[in-house]
Amino acid sequence: MSSLALTHARFQLLETIRIPIAVFGSAFFPSAAMLAFVVPFVGDNAEYATLATVSMITFSVMTTNLFQHGAGVAEDRAQPWDPYVRALPAGAMPRFAGRILSGLCLMAVSLVPVVLIAAFFTEATVTPLAFLITAATTFVIAVPFILMGLTIGYSMPQKAAIVVAQVLFFPLAFLGGLMTGPGLAPGIVENIAPYLPTGGAAGLMWAAVSDIPYDFRSIAALVGWTAVLGGGALWAYRRDEGRRFS
Amino acid sequence: MTLARALDVSRRYGDKLALDRVSFEVRAGELVGLLGPNGAGKSTLVNLLTGIRRPSDGRVELFGGDPRRPGSRRQLGVTPQETGLPASLRIGEVVDFVSAHYDNPLPRAELLDRFGLTALVRRQTGGLSGGEKRRVAVALAFVGRPRMVFLDEPTTGLDVHARRLLWDGIRSFSAEGGTVVLTSHYLEEIEALARRVVVIGGGRVLADDTVDAVRGLVAVRRVSLTVRGPLPELTGVTGVEREGDRLHLLTGDADRLVRDLVTYDVGFEDLEVRPTSLEEAFLALTREPAAA
Repeated sequence: MSSLALTHARFQLLETIRIPIAVFGSAFFPSAAMLAFVVPFVGDNAEYATLATVSMITFSVMTTNLFQHGAGVAEDRAQPWDPYVRALPAGAMPRFAGRILSGLCLMAVSLVPVVLIAAFFTEATVTPLAFLITAATTFVIAVPFILMGLTIGYSMPQKAAIVVAQVLFFPLAFLGGLMTGPGLAPGIVENIAPYLPTGGAAGLMWAAVSDIPYDFRSIAALVGWTAVLGGGALWAYRRDEGRRFS
Repeated sequence: MTLARALDVSRRYGDKLALDRVSFEVRAGELVGLLGPNGAGKSTLVNLLTGIRRPSDGRVELFGGDPRRPGSRRQLGVTPQETGLPASLRIGEVVDFVSAHYDNPLPRAELLDRFGLTALVRRQTGGLSGGEKRRVAVALAFVGRPRMVFLDEPTTGLDVHARRLLWDGIRSFSAEGGTVVLTSHYLEEIEALARRVVVIGGGRVLADDTVDAVRGLVAVRRVSLTVRGPLPELTGVTGVEREGDRLHLLTGDADRLVRDLVTYDVGFEDLEVRPTSLEEAFLALTREPAAA
């Protein structure tokens, strides 16, 4: 049945690509943030530029997945096509998997300009091996944010989902240390960041591109978050019956 | 053999009771019409039987299993709402997407040909006319070579020619042994196709009978009159509405009611006899479930 997951992914991508501005939109924000904040302020310091670039990647992994799956799923559920698909003989998994695959493809597309900007306009640098590890890490850290998005998308109506995603992403980014860089955040942020999904994800990314060591308590916390959010997403999907009216 | 069954099923949305202890069953080879005004509970019943929603109480079965399990839906075909087709996808793509869910789907060309959609294969569904969308929606119910289909208002909004074509298609599916459950709020559509009619209103099954029997049941007339004194006991009145000193009586036999009024020497004024809409007839049935 994994071919069914590919079918779902293909059709979701088709739908997105038929409205190209949507693809452009998800690529625009991280690139603009790179040009506005990273290039002028830390662009000529190799170490800072590299760390800031992966922080920005972590930030856009979080936002694209949170909005894509949170708002996107909530929107799909409100469509009359949704109950029809639920009456087809397939369970939750092909749809989940298809959605995650298409989300990862769009995420990768939106990150390409970030990497190019870092390579051409800053002193950021990585070894080929570190680059591969970072790329793999990017997909790994996407998982908890995908699950967070799915939990939001399947548990509330579209307007609420957008608000919740918006309310969540800024404190998660700030408290996770994404806005400041390793070791430079205010004390309270330094203390709680490793135990937030954003901080844990950023820690993995920083360790991949620099000699900052892996923090295993932080990794354990990230695994815990992933399990909780996975349970949340499955629970929300199972109790979902499409849009509710009472 | 029973292909779909609801046993004492209730369904609540918040504190609104959409289905109230409904029992309903579809046997193999039947062509059943589910008739009822909007909001009567038809769609809720269909949603429960096709696994989209869960009953609050009671049990539903599809091909002997739980409709919520994907395996139970392998031999089922349903129509999407025509407004719900993904607007940016082409018809061929939508058919391919649905086909991917079945082990042995109809070849795309054959399906499109059967429903007269071959010329539209490259068109995006968002650009189709209402009638074309309707045909796509019905075609999608047949993609997986189903044994049973649930068709929701299959020919609403179609012109006469397209409607006949679709009716012929549904009849031939039925003639080959396929089972059809048709929901509609148009009596005409159900009359043309179904042998058995189930009338749903106010969340309950009001009637479950042959087309002829149900047609008699809903052929209700409204007799309006102004009376001063009290009315005698009148037979065949299924509903009474009062508007000041104006009375509206709902009855299946207006001739007899008028004769009775004269026989009892009721002093009425401004007598008016009008056919009721199907909607009103259903409401009358809802108030007097004993009529079923």
